[in-house]
Amino acid sequence: MATDTRVQPAPAVAAVQPRPLRGRSGLMAVFRHVILLPGVVFFVIPLVFMVSTSLKALRQIALFPPELIPNPVLWANYPEVFHYAPMHLYFVNTLFLVLPAIFGAVFTSSLAAYAFARLRAPGKNAIFIVLLSTMMVPAFVTMIPTYILFAKLRWVGGFKPLVIPYLMGSAFFVFLLRQFFLTIPRELEDAAFIDGSSRLRTFTGIVLPLAKPVLATVTIFAFMASWNEYMGPLIYLSNKKQYVLSLGLQVFTDAYGGEWGLLMAASSMMVAPVILLFFFAQKHFVTGITMSGLKG
Amino acid sequence: MGFLAFILGPILASLALGFTRYDIILPAKWVGLENFRDLIADPLFRTSLGNTVYIVLMAVPLGMVVSFLIALLLNQKVRGMAAYRTGYFIPSIVPAVASAALWLYLLQPQWGLVNGFLDLFGIKGPTWLASTTWSKPSIIMLMVWASGGTMIIYLAGLQDIPDTLYEAASIDGASWLRQLVYVTIPLMTPTIFFTLVMGIIGTFQVFSVVFVLTDGMGGPLNSTLVYLIYVYRNAFVFFRMGYASALSLILFLIILVLTLANVRLAGRWVYSEVEME
Repeated sequence: MATDTRVQPAPAVAAVQPRPLRGRSGLMAVFRHVILLPGVVFFVIPLVFMVSTSLKALRQIALFPPELIPNPVLWANYPEVFHYAPMHLYFVNTLFLVLPAIFGAVFTSSLAAYAFARLRAPGKNAIFIVLLSTMMVPAFVTMIPTYILFAKLRWVGGFKPLVIPYLMGSAFFVFLLRQFFLTIPRELEDAAFIDGSSRLRTFTGIVLPLAKPVLATVTIFAFMASWNEYMGPLIYLSNKKQYVLSLGLQVFTDAYGGEWGLLMAASSMMVAPVILLFFFAQKHFVTGITMSGLKG
Repeated sequence: MGFLAFILGPILASLALGFTRYDIILPAKWVGLENFRDLIADPLFRTSLGNTVYIVLMAVPLGMVVSFLIALLLNQKVRGMAAYRTGYFIPSIVPAVASAALWLYLLQPQWGLVNGFLDLFGIKGPTWLASTTWSKPSIIMLMVWASGGTMIIYLAGLQDIPDTLYEAASIDGASWLRQLVYVTIPLMTPTIFFTLVMGIIGTFQVFSVVFVLTDGMGGPLNSTLVYLIYVYRNAFVFFRMGYASALSLILFLIILVLTLANVRLAGRWVYSEVEME
């Protein structure tokens, strides 16, 4: 992974020699908190008030200074959102995009990545370079021709343009997974071959279990990307019954912009699963970002 | 091969479409350089490019500096570091549409939190998204708020710097500031370079947030008409596919040139370890 190949500092040396500047370190620690604390409040308070406002009536929202914990707590905004926008439907529709995207990441991309890492094929490296170069192309460049293609296929106005390309995996995931597969010692696989295991069985039985951390990272990436995806649904979906959360929330924002309680309730419903996932898989979020960041 | 069908084909198609007039219904008509001539004369092309450049010039350095300072503070074995890190990072995972909806509320002129806060200091807050002066800063503020990913990348980079270097520096009597200038920053230049390049590429493509904040219009008075919203409007509101393709080609070219320039200039300031990759 990202830091594996780097030279690690020797912890023993650091432990033996105490850092100088002992006397001032207490003061420095206080100083750090003096800066960090207001900073973190600036970052977190908007989200706290998103939830808080979602539990307020319009009359309470207009209060100043604003109440952090609403008095009384008004739950009615949440059921009322469904009155204006079928969030449950949006939720299910979003899953229609999320699940194929995860399948494409875990199944298709990992198969392709394994092939790039281990199998021999003529022109393999050339294909891999083409694949990498497609990663450099921003999505907007291909947006219009792809739209025309889907329009010709009569796929516009349905889920197909938002599902089928993602089933085929993504260059970025193939790249991440390949890099990981290359770090798995060949001997492990060779041992399995000697025992008579087939290529596919070795892949599913030996390689994939070892790749669990990177698969988790890739799954989270795929989930986040399709949960947040906005431009695609905006372009391809026209029927209200097919709206996903992002598109539904945007339409809701435009229609009921002044109803802050309702709007914040709807937003909270879209944000909550992401935050929940983050707390369960924090480690994979962080390794994912640093992996894509440092080794690019 | 799926990639070739869905990516490489469209790139070439995009290139070709830029030289045509096409509305999907009637067949495409080859018009040569007409789209590019129109583009030069189109005031909205200049407005949208100008707005985007403004946002890139402000949001990218600001996000980098804020993220770097936070990472620097968090790297120093602070008590509660994990909680701080989570707090700073969380805004960056909020879906763009939801964070736009949230900031719409925060920036609301009468009882939004931002103006309420300014009021504590006796400052009368602006009308933010309704003002042509403050609409772009509003967007930049949101982007800096959501820049936690950059902070995480910096933090990982800082943790890769061997402690022994700092020890050597402090034995030589280097102050905290000198250690920052002569050890930390030079060793962080590859990471800073990476975030700069990615930041520029990403910010030129700002779309969802602005679209939601301005109801898809880039208002008021086109003051937040960013480039991709203009491309979107041409392609999917006016169905001028050829013109929109020409627009996206220009943006692609701008991003490409800037990235290459960045790579070229990197040799002057990015520290590279003597190692073979």
